[in-house]
Formats: sequence, C-alpha cells, structure tokens
Amino acid sequence: MNATAVRAGFSTTVQDFGRTGFRQFGVSLGGALDAHALRVANLLVGNNESAAGLEVTFGGLQLRFVDERLMAWSGGEFDARSGSTSLPVGHPVVIREGDEMGIERPKTGCRAWIAVSGGFDVPVVLGSRSTDLRGNFGGKEGRALCHGDELPLGKNSERTRILIDKLQRERIARWKPPHDWSSPAKREPTLRVIRGSEWNRFDNVTVRRFTGDKFTVSPDSDRMGVRFEGPQLKANELVDLVSEAVAPGTIQIPPSGKPILLLGDCQTIGGYPKIAHVITVDLSIAAQLRGGDEVRFREVTLADAHHLLINREQNLEQFRRGLQPHFS
Amino acid sequence: MEIAPLGDSALIVRVRKNFDGAPDEALNAVLATRRLLENAQLPGVIELAPAYTTVGVFFDPVRVVASGAKPDEVFEWLAERIREVILNANEVRADRMETSPIQIPVCYDAEFALDLDEIAQHAGLGAQEVVDLYCASEYRVHCIGFTPGFPFLGGLPSKLATPRRSTPRKEIPSGSVAIGGAQTGIYPVQSPGGWNLIGRTPLRLFDPQKNPPALLRAGDRVRFCAISRDEFERSTR
Repeated sequence: MNATAVRAGFSTTVQDFGRTGFRQFGVSLGGALDAHALRVANLLVGNNESAAGLEVTFGGLQLRFVDERLMAWSGGEFDARSGSTSLPVGHPVVIREGDEMGIERPKTGCRAWIAVSGGFDVPVVLGSRSTDLRGNFGGKEGRALCHGDELPLGKNSERTRILIDKLQRERIARWKPPHDWSSPAKREPTLRVIRGSEWNRFDNVTVRRFTGDKFTVSPDSDRMGVRFEGPQLKANELVDLVSEAVAPGTIQIPPSGKPILLLGDCQTIGGYPKIAHVITVDLSIAAQLRGGDEVRFREVTLADAHHLLINREQNLEQFRRGLQPHFS
Repeated sequence: MEIAPLGDSALIVRVRKNFDGAPDEALNAVLATRRLLENAQLPGVIELAPAYTTVGVFFDPVRVVASGAKPDEVFEWLAERIREVILNANEVRADRMETSPIQIPVCYDAEFALDLDEIAQHAGLGAQEVVDLYCASEYRVHCIGFTPGFPFLGGLPSKLATPRRSTPRKEIPSGSVAIGGAQTGIYPVQSPGGWNLIGRTPLRLFDPQKNPPALLRAGDRVRFCAISRDEFERSTR
C-alpha cells in the first residue's frame, strides 16, 4: 500500500540511519540528521527503530494514505494536522483509510521526522533506504519528493495492529516521550563541543571568541553543513593539512574564518582545520538550525560527551520498556 | 603513531606524519593499518575510512561501553586496543599489489579536454606531448572522496602539475579526467569542481547498484590509454 505526497513540501526526503561501510568509497553517512528523533518516532508507531521515515525541511508536506496506519512525528515546532484535528508532536495517531495529514511551516527549528507504521519501503541501495542527494541515489529515485509521488509502505506489524485497535476511539494516544526527545528546537541554542585536532593552531583570543561569542546561522546551510556568520576565526599560521576523515559534528574553519558545522551529508574527507566537534547528543539541536538563529558553543570533555550519550541510551531503553504494554 | 579523537564517535589513527616526502610509503602503511584493524574486528567499531596518512575509525560509544570500557574512558580503551593490534602485528605488510594496473580509456577530444591547452602551455609542451606523457605514467589511488567514487591519484609527472582554476566550474560532466595541482583524478558524477579538464572516460566510476559501488579503491594502480572519439561514443552507447 502507498502513501501519496499530495504536496511534496520545501525539501522532503526518505531517510533511515544512513549508510555505513561505504565511506572508503566516498559515500556519505547521510540518513536522518537527527537519527535519535527518527528512532523515537519509529518506536511510537511500533516500527523497527531503523525503519525509513520522511525528513521534512521547512514543512509544506501533505500526505494521503490509502489504508489504516499509525503515524507519529518528532522534530521542530511545527503545526501538523489531519483535517481539523491537530496532531501533537510525539503522540502516535491512527490515520484512517483515505485520510490526509499535513505539516506546515515551523515556528522554531526547521526539520521534522515522520514515521508511519510499516515504514517507507523504497528500495535498499548500499544497505540503506536513505536519499543521497549528491550522489542521486537511494530514497525516492535519489531526489527530494515531488508533488504526486507515490511512496510504498511496508506492512503494519502485529504490534502496530494491537495499538491501532486500542486507539480506535480516541485516535490520538495521550502518552508521549519526554519533551526534549520530541522537540529539540531552540531559539538560541548552545551546542556543546569537544576539542578538534587543530584546536591548538588557534590562539587564545580566537579560542575565547569561539566559546564566548554568538554566531549567526547563514541561510546558505543544508544537509551537508551549517555555515555561520560572526567573529572571524583564523588559524595562527596558514594550515595546509593533508585531507583526512571528517564526521557529522565536525566544525571546520576554512580560510574565510567562518566556521562550518558538518551534518549527515558531509563529504567523507576534508582538509580544513578542525577546531571542535559538536557532541553526538547535540546533533539533534544542530539539525534544527536555520538562517538567523543565534548559537553559542560551550566546551565539554570527551568523557562528558560519552556520559550524555550513554544516559540518553539508558533513557531510551526505559522508554522502550514503558511502551511495551501499549503494544501488547 | 598518534591516535586522536574525531568527535565522540570516531577517532583518527595517524599512521605517518608526512605525505609529500614519501607518498607511496605512506599509502602502503595506511593500507596495512586498515587491513590490521579490519581483521581485528574491535568491539563497537563500525567502519574504517582511510585517507592519505590516516585511518579514520568510526565507532559506537554505547557498544564500546557494553564491551567493557568505563564510560569515562571510552576513547582511551579503544585507542589502547588499536595500539595493541598495530604494535603486535608480526609484520606490517602492504596489501599485495594487483598484478597489473587498471586501464582507464580516455578520449582527449577537444570537446572533453577543455583545459588541455592551458596544461600544455603551463608545461611548455605541445598538446600531444602532454597526452603522451600523461598516458606513459602509472598512477596510484591515494584515497577516494570529494564525491562518491572520486579517486585522488598520485604519480602525475611533475611537468604536468597545473594549479587549480581560480574560478571552479559549476558543472563538470561525469567521467571527466582532470589535473588539480600535483594530483589527478576523475569526476564520477556531475559536480562542481576546479580541476583542469584533460579528457573524458566512458567508464562508469561509481554505480550505487553495485557492491563495491566504486570502480577504484585506495591502493589500486591505474594507467590511462588514449581512445578516439569513435571508440568513446561506441563504449557509451
């Protein structure tokens, strides 16, 4: 069974957890820019955590369903509706045969992830259903959705059927995940960073600017990276590095002195000095940055970053267990 | 050998300090290190990303902790295991060289070789001399990156080294063979780029429907051979 993109939205792509094992061939990780948000949305509808969902950038998407489904979304502060019913973030909702749902422009943040029971069943390419916009493969024909696209859906699982039956009358579940998980967008976020390999190539004044001043997100940002305007950060000497691996979260300083924060679609290797890296748990906030947002960076230790990640994993495990009764 | 964090879910093993001095030696050492780490299957390690002098190691900190690391010492724990693997290797051997280099047919027709005259001028040679010299050399893939399947090749005759164009082109057709500084490479998919175009190959360098998806991988030896426009058209049909 399919879902139809009645309106495709500004830039909507099919994404799962992305591709691993192909960096050696120059293929980006890709995948949902906030993989954690997609995991939560998938759990809410009884899917495998890694099922493919839709990543909606700046809204404008209208979907029509031909059969009964569970749907949940997570991400920025969007207005989502099905007919006249408002669909709150992080609550699973029963979508009936022929129903439509839409997601409009966000008040804060810029991305949302929509999980539908059964998952979006586009072909697996190099181990993933994610759309690679640069390589033009994966997802729906290697591109962002167009008006009228038909998207195949997998079958509702047994678990999903149980919850659909329980929600027949109220339609929208009253329970939801903790707030931070379903809505990480902030107007003036602080991103926590750890030092990068070339941190020491910047003098004290520059480093203090980096961790003390505000930076403004440039509109010239996309799934590859977020560009910042603000105080210029120049390395002490002209650093001519031999290219080496970079990762989502890496903050590079090109010769212009304007930082670039790499996101999921970033290239696999880079030669600009790496001043710092945004920690994994804060990539959820980074995925919501849009032009004009004001951002600060704060240094934490590597051990802090790992503690935060492991805590989040433990909380997720608790949440997973808490969900169990709803699906049985 | 230095091991440094690359964020909280990856690290970089610096196999060699220097590239320019001994590029082939650096490449062999990188490939040998990658092979050792691949075989070691360290807990929590997801994938390896070799580059000129380094091997990037991507890992899942949650799985590293589940394998016995203290949450305070995830990086140290993994770095220690990587050091053990590399230092305990009986002999660090490079991957066995392919018996013969991979042949890449290139058409040097004027329509494809937009910057051949500039390369020739820069080298103080005639266009045909440039093509002959280019085809006479053997190259090696130092790494794949920039776009999916893009090979960075070392081994360009120093005479042919040509600075990158001051203004990059917005669209370079797939298959374009180009020189950027002392390196040469092939654009596998249409993309922007600032390298000097010397010709075009009908071969498909990146095909996501295949596994591996790239025609070339780090360490491969490469030779270019000249083909006519007719041969080019026939092989793309």
